[in-house]
Amino acid sequence: MSDLRQTPLTALHRDLGAKMVAFAGYDMPVQYKAGVMKEHLHTRSGAGLFDVSHMGQVLIRHEAGYGGAARALEALVPVSLLGLGEKRQRYGFFTNDQGGILDDLMITNRGDHLLLVINAACKQTDIALMEKGLPDCEVAPVTDRALLALQGPRAEEVLAPIAAGCEIMKFLDTGIFTSDYGELWVSRSGYTGEDGYEISVPEAEAERLARDLLAHAAVAPIGLGARDSLRLEAGLCLYGQDIDTDTSPVEAGLSWAIQSVRRRGGDREGGFPGADRILDELENGVARCRVGLCPDGRAPMREGSELFAAKEGGEAIGRITSGGFGPSLGVPVSMGYVPASHATAGTMLYGEVRGRRMPVTVSELPFVPANFKR
Amino acid sequence: MKFTEEHEWLMDEDGVVTVGITAHAAEQLGDIVFVELPEIGAQVTKDDEIVVIESVKAASDILAPIDGEIVEVNAAIVDEPGKVNEDPQGEGWFFRIKPSDPGQMADYMDEAAYQSFIG
Repeated sequence: MSDLRQTPLTALHRDLGAKMVAFAGYDMPVQYKAGVMKEHLHTRSGAGLFDVSHMGQVLIRHEAGYGGAARALEALVPVSLLGLGEKRQRYGFFTNDQGGILDDLMITNRGDHLLLVINAACKQTDIALMEKGLPDCEVAPVTDRALLALQGPRAEEVLAPIAAGCEIMKFLDTGIFTSDYGELWVSRSGYTGEDGYEISVPEAEAERLARDLLAHAAVAPIGLGARDSLRLEAGLCLYGQDIDTDTSPVEAGLSWAIQSVRRRGGDREGGFPGADRILDELENGVARCRVGLCPDGRAPMREGSELFAAKEGGEAIGRITSGGFGPSLGVPVSMGYVPASHATAGTMLYGEVRGRRMPVTVSELPFVPANFKR
Repeated sequence: MKFTEEHEWLMDEDGVVTVGITAHAAEQLGDIVFVELPEIGAQVTKDDEIVVIESVKAASDILAPIDGEIVEVNAAIVDEPGKVNEDPQGEGWFFRIKPSDPGQMADYMDEAAYQSFIG
């Protein structure tokens, strides 16, 4: 019926009664029987299991080992990889010559090589970018593994019996665990604002692992719908909506991911695509930036709604890039870009919904505080 | 009870028609988080967009199924939009309309026809 790609868990999703949708070329569960609201709340109180196998896992190797691969990749991302400790993970992004964002990703130091996790929709372009930009490296997409995310305050107690020792990991620690499901590549990270893990598992063992995790009373399957509302409440960017080739990391509020060693005056200043613009913005600020936005009423303000400074008249000054209902807060929440002059928390703006300008207040991000194990 | 292809139900009680969305529609929409209802006294025409509902997934318009005057709205679902999911064909009703042409009702499906329509 379609050319959609499957993950190793597609049959399981159907068994669980998931509603399936096309996402980045994959047939993916948008929700299960419980529905988005309950799945969201379950993740914040128990543990949610997500299939994120559509995302790309890529190994980067260099004959000089980790340092060689890290140094090479620093030419494509503005983060410090030579400064990343062994078995540690870091957030980053590929930039283009204009200082826009080509994709955001997670990067792990695996001792003598790197492991990247990249967005599904950007997989092909990211791999082509690396094959061209890292001529001395081996760029090896991992095609025989599934990726699960187990997120929520009870994730640790669920995973500990399966990957002994995962309970002592801290946020952004990673490890390779021998288990009954083969070799698991585990990181203490995720994209929900909750504590939890991402678990790379051999595809032949993926369904059994997922079913065994789901057998735990604390665990429920969670679809892409709740994944979106969880990351929105956590103030995290969705590539293609909140960040893209037209937004710079500084505009997007991601400056924290650019370590000082890559900034002006740092030992490895610049040397990545778009460095002129990004380094200048880090020093001198930006004209517009990403902010949190709280609509006054109950009506969600979704992606694409234009923002105005006044209730009547005037041109749009910005736009909402993600918006919806925040189940943990019980109110709608949005994110968008506004001029720096209108970005102070508490500033009242208006968002256009169905032709009417509705009040919306600029707010700090995240909406829901992160619950990481530091 | 009558049903429309837009997944609304209509129940005629003594010349006033209560309108809501079907259980099938509520299930498809997912958790409803926002409802905006018409004003009492509004004169509406069939196919006017008179209700906005937002689920966790998307916004949808509900059309007036017949011509008439809005005589009552269900304020309880504005305060608690989740009631629409809990009891779409009961407590989760949307509005009551006094038809100006009751004959328009005849165009709509009965329950059996609607069940086969949603298949």
